[in-house]
This record gives sequence, C-alpha cells and structure tokens, in this order.
Amino acid sequence: MSILKHRETLLVAVIAALLALIASRFPGFVTPRNLAAVFTDTAPLMILALGQMAVILTRCIDLSVAANLALTGMTVALLNTVAPDLPVVVTLVLAIGLGAVMGAVNGILVWKLEIPSIVVTLGTMTIFRGIIFLISDGQWVNAHEMSAGFTGFPRIEILGLPVLAWIAILAIAVMALVMSRTVLGRAIFAAGSNPHAAAYTGIDVGRTQFAAFVISGALAGLTGYLWIARYAVAYVDIAGGFELDVVAACVIGGISIAGGVGTVAGAVLGALFLGVIKNALPVVDVSPFWQLAISGAAILIAVAFNARAGRRQGRVILKSAEQAA
Amino acid sequence: MAEAHPAPVLELAGIVKTFPGTRALDGVRLELHAGEVTALIGENGAGKSTVVKCMTGIYQTDGGEIRMDGKAIAFPTPQAAAAAGVTAIHQETVLFDDLTVAENIFLGHAPRGRFGLIDKAAMRRKAAAILGGIGAEIDPDVLLRDLGIASKHLVAISRALSIDARVVIMDEPTAALSHKEIEELYDLVDELKRQGKAILFISHKFDEIFRIADRYTVFRDGQFVGQGLMSETSETELVRMMVGRSVEQIFPKRAPRIGPELLRVTGYSHPTEFEDIGFSLREGEILGFYGLVGAGRSEFMQALIGLTKPSKGVVRMGEKVMAIRSPAEAIEAGIVYVPEDRGKQGAITQLPIFQNVTLPSLAQTSKNGFLRMAEEFRLAREYTQRLDLRAASLDTPVGALSGGNQQKVVIAKWLATRPRVIILDEPTKGIDIGSKAAVHDFMSELAGEGLSVIMVSSEIPEILGMSDRVIVMREGRIAAELEGDGLTPETLVRHAAGISTAEAA
Repeated sequence: MSILKHRETLLVAVIAALLALIASRFPGFVTPRNLAAVFTDTAPLMILALGQMAVILTRCIDLSVAANLALTGMTVALLNTVAPDLPVVVTLVLAIGLGAVMGAVNGILVWKLEIPSIVVTLGTMTIFRGIIFLISDGQWVNAHEMSAGFTGFPRIEILGLPVLAWIAILAIAVMALVMSRTVLGRAIFAAGSNPHAAAYTGIDVGRTQFAAFVISGALAGLTGYLWIARYAVAYVDIAGGFELDVVAACVIGGISIAGGVGTVAGAVLGALFLGVIKNALPVVDVSPFWQLAISGAAILIAVAFNARAGRRQGRVILKSAEQAA
Repeated sequence: MAEAHPAPVLELAGIVKTFPGTRALDGVRLELHAGEVTALIGENGAGKSTVVKCMTGIYQTDGGEIRMDGKAIAFPTPQAAAAAGVTAIHQETVLFDDLTVAENIFLGHAPRGRFGLIDKAAMRRKAAAILGGIGAEIDPDVLLRDLGIASKHLVAISRALSIDARVVIMDEPTAALSHKEIEELYDLVDELKRQGKAILFISHKFDEIFRIADRYTVFRDGQFVGQGLMSETSETELVRMMVGRSVEQIFPKRAPRIGPELLRVTGYSHPTEFEDIGFSLREGEILGFYGLVGAGRSEFMQALIGLTKPSKGVVRMGEKVMAIRSPAEAIEAGIVYVPEDRGKQGAITQLPIFQNVTLPSLAQTSKNGFLRMAEEFRLAREYTQRLDLRAASLDTPVGALSGGNQQKVVIAKWLATRPRVIILDEPTKGIDIGSKAAVHDFMSELAGEGLSVIMVSSEIPEILGMSDRVIVMREGRIAAELEGDGLTPETLVRHAAGISTAEAA
C-alpha cells in the first residue's frame, strides 16, 4: 500500500517538476487559466484511461476504445444532422448506451468464448471502424451540419471550467466510488490479482471482466460525443491510434499490465502527465514528434519502476517468512 | 541378501536434507546397482521426491555422502548430475511441445558442426539410432505435440539415454499411461536393464513393483526403513514397512458429538474425472477422503462447489435438493472449499487482510452493491482475533504476512461465511509440525461446534488421527468406505493402491 501511495506521490512530483521547468522559461504556461485549458484538453484521455484502468485491472486490455469513440461520435453526429433539436441529455444517454453495447460485445466474447482480450478488441476495433465507413459512406460530418446546441454543450462554462472538464471530474469521482466502495470494484481487484482464488470465493471472473469492458465501452461512448462536439467534425479515422495513448496513460500511472494493481489517481495522473507534455512541447518550441519519444520513455521508466517495486516486495515476504520459521 | 552382488553404481549414505521447520530427509540410504531395478517405496511425504532432487542436483544435501563407483561425488547443479550420468524422467515429462523429437532429445547438448552451428543431420541420425535402440518407432522429425503421452515418455527416455546415462530415475512413469502402454514401458525397462543401466523406479502400484523391480528400499517420514530383494518379500511386509506405527499421539483426542445427517451426495459423475461418487455427511463429523495423488478427490470437491460442472449427480442438504452451479451458490448453501494450493488459490496477496477475509462474504457485508466498510472491519476483526492472527493492522496487504499468518487469513475468510460444511484440501501440506498441530486442533474445535468437515488428505497419520470415517478413492471412483476397526493403515493403502483383498485376508 505504501508503495502504491509512493508511486502516485512520485508522479505528482514529476508533473510538478515538469511544470516548474516549463514555468522557468514560459511563466504563461502555469497561469490558472492555461492549466485549466490543459486539464480540459486532457479530459477525453482521462475519461478513457479510467475505463481502460478497470479493464487492465482484470488482466485484459481494450484496444477498441478509440474505434468505439469514433463510431459513437459518428452515430450521434449523423443523428444530429437528421434530428438537430434532440436534447443534449438524450444524446449523452444514447452515446453512453451505444458505447456500453460495444463494450458488452467485447465483454461477451472474452467471457463466454474465452478469447484473449487483445485478440477480441483488435478485431472489434477494425469492425467498428468499418461500420463508421458504412454508415457515413466515408463522408465527413462538418461543423455547419451540426446544431449549435450539439457542438456548444462541452464548451459551456460553469464556475470557470467548461462542461467537458466537469464531466471528466464527475467520471473520476464516480469511478473512485465504484473502485473503492462497491462490490464490483472489489471484484475487479480480486479477479485481477488472483483469478483462481477469486473464483473459489464466489466471484465470477468472466462476468467481472465483462463488467469492466462495459464500463470501458460506456466511457468511450461518452467521450465519443464530447470529442465530436468539441472538434465539431466527424470522420472515419477520428482519434486513430488514440487507444495506445490511453494504454500508455494507464501504464505510466502505475496500473500493472499483469492485473490487480492500480488506482484511479494513477490513471488520472498518467493521463495528465501525457497531457502536460503534449501541451507544453509546442510552447517550449520542441517538435511534437518528441512527444512520442518522451511518452515512450515515460512508459519504459514506469514499467521498470513497477518491476523494481514488485521485486522489493518479494524480498520482504521472504524475510518475514524466515522469521516466522 | 545384497552382499553377493558387486558394489552399487550409485550409493547414498546418511543423506540429510532440512527445510525451515522440517527435516525432509533424516539420514537415508539408497543403493542402485548396474542392470537392476530398485523400487523406492513410501507414502506421500516420505521423502521420495526430495531424494530424487538431491540425486539430480536440484537440491543440495545438508549431510551425508553420495558415492559413485565407491568414490564420493557432489552434484552442485543439475548439469553436474547429468554429466555424471544420472538422469531423471519425471512424472510430468519436461519436454517442449513445439520442438521436434530430435531437438527434444538433444536440447542443450546437440551435436555441433562447422562454425559451432547445430549439425541437424547428425542430430537426426543419432536420435533415430537411440529411438531404434529402445524399439520406439518414432520419426525424429515430428513435433512433440503430435505424439501421445506414451510416445512422449519414450522421447524422455531417449533423452536420458542420449547423455549416456548410467543411472535412470523414473518417477511414477506409468501414472498417466494406458494398460498397453504400460506393458511397452516394462519391455523398455527390461531393455535398459540389459544395457546395464541402474534404474530407480518410484511407484505406488504394488503389482507394478513386483512385476519389474529386483530390489526395494522403503522410506517413511524421511527416514530409511529397510531394503532388500523383491524375491524375498511380500506385499504384506512392504505395506507394514511403509505405514509403520507411531505418530498417533500428536493428534488431539476428542469425543465426537455426531449429529443427524446434513449432506448427502449421490451419483456424482464427470465425463473424464470421476464417476458415481456418493456419500453422506453428518453434523460434527470429520470425513476423511484418502487416495493416491490423482485419484480424483480434488476434482470431485471442485465439482461439488460448482467450480466445474458434473454431468450428473444430486446433492441433498436435509430433505432439500440443492442446485449448486457456482462457488457463490455453494457459499450461499453453506459449503466452502479451502483449496490445496493456498499460494495460488487462497489469499489474494495484493489486497489487505480485511478485504481478503470478507471476499466470500460480500453478499452479507454489502448493500445494493455498495460495500459497508464498518461491517467489513467488524467481520474481519472478529475472525482474525478468533484465529489469533497478530498483524499490525487489518489494512496490511496479505503478501506482507508470514506463510502461517497467510494461512490464517485464508481460514478466517472461509469461517466468516458461517459455513455448515467446510472442505479442507490437504490442510497441512507443506507446513511445519507446529502449525500442523494447530490446524488439527482447530479442525476438532470446528467439528466440536457442530460444523461438518471434509478433509482431503494423502497423509495416512493425519487421516487416521483426525477422521471419524474415511472414504478411499481410486482412479476416480470410491474404492471403500472405512470406519472403526476396518480403518487401519493397511486397509487404506490396499484400497488406494488397488491390491486384491484376497491376500489381505
């Protein structure tokens, strides 16, 4: 537990150091207004990372999140072109529901057919992208085809923060509650830590994985609408490759690919780390291509750190076992 | 006796091997002769596997001497043992499915050609020669995964021969073979004898030992009991040497208060693992399940709690027929299973103590899907105190606890569900003697409170010392139900090993 806490404090320290470094040359970057903008810009990544975290905790992976996002986004965009006066609440519910259904498809295949999740979601990722092409005929849906209410919603400011940021905060709060205070959250940790032991205690590991995929899908659907509305455009390749950023955020945040270890705070901080880098590089006049190298290096450092932490824990167990004997 | 023979090829004298808290081998001796098969006989836990590991360089001995051709020798690594010509064929053959037969035989010591590259042609030729030498008609170029289990054994044996073995150790080689394959294996052993190999043959099957062995050595509880020629002994004498008599006094004496029937199982069957299992269990009773490893006991218990699906069978609790389709339903019905491999199947080491304890009781400690933390802590505190678990805090991850305390967490977790039937699978396997006594005391305490206990155990003293009644399983079926005067070490071993009762009489 102390190691976990330690990891998150470390990540906070790294992000703070990064901000301090940037501020030393460009003080404008750390004004509250700009930091809020960075947070808002990172909101989609944070929301997706929360869902991915649940999936990774159960020893699975969801590579279809970006495709799910794009398909949901395209669907609600097309719907908006034919029914521009649909209330935003209905759009939100539809997006979340549609995303959840796609997540459920992944979950069913993993649960009932016991296909490895990386294969399942690689397949559905391609299928979802294909469906976007079919329903849109490969055409773009542009800003002028969408209603003002549809595109304006994420940008409405409440207490100085846009709705997009507030939705991310809400998602963080809900997921924190689910993970720490519900039976499902406990089952997700147990099933990922030790599936054999969890099965004996009456936890259905497959159903728990299914639930994690539904969560991931629902959050991807939600992000789908927010993304399309924010950029006011929908096309086949939108958010292409973004699923890797999502997985990267989780890994940097200390969520173990081996399952069972990770926190909501970790996922959020991992996403924020990538968000700060992405927003800071243009400011300090570094080529955005460096962003890829930096996030790649961050992943390796995070994984190496996790591996070291795991080893240290192993020694402690042995020592106490010796003392007991 | 053995004196007439020339000196043994490999000789172990006074071998001691200790693990924290236990003395696995206590001055054992073992002699293997060229061109002869020596059977190593003993109950589970007698030290047979440990001595094999000492002979093959996997374990280092803590005392005693290993002599080869009369000269002292040490096996600091498995490679050293192999170089000296000692090789073992394990119960589960350690081979590689995705390599060819020839590659499996020569892995690690393949013939080299120019530039140090593997000379495939030579390897294939040599492999074919070795396979031919043992009469195995196997193409050296096929992948191992395409072979049956018997052929895989032949490959393992060929691998042993490829390093010019002088001593061949076979650890229960027939456990997974069909009748016909076993006959072929016997022929092969005869062939190895003719080639002058010294063979150590470990088996629980008496018919097999009498068919194939020239000599025997018996271990019991890590000690050497006796040795001799097969032609000068009998089944009865071997069984007597194996089981001995002593250890009874360490078990808690109790006066069982056995109540009415609580559970009745009839006709439980599984397509491949067990058939027609039926028994009854009464309140406050400890029912032992004895059998050799692989007799289907754990498989049946896992089916009983709904982890695997039986093809047919009925479970009644009182008058009520129970449909148990998942562990969750078993827990609800009051039946819990404490698995054998507690490391892998027991505690969830990353989670704190209280979360481990409440995991199977979450239905009670939650409301509408939300956890009630106060209730969880109350339950965890109650049961960890009851088991005298001392930890700084209930927030401590279980992985940071000692083995004994982890064990307590696992038991607390199951007791917290307030079960009516608790199934303990090998409850004292791999723990030291002090902890064993604590587990036994605790088991009698539970039975004293009216809980029904099913104890799966392969240790005869434990079965005899703890059980009110014993069911013996063999090859997936119930071989016998024993109680009272019929419950003796001899009857247990006979039924478990399938020795004809005619000779027993």
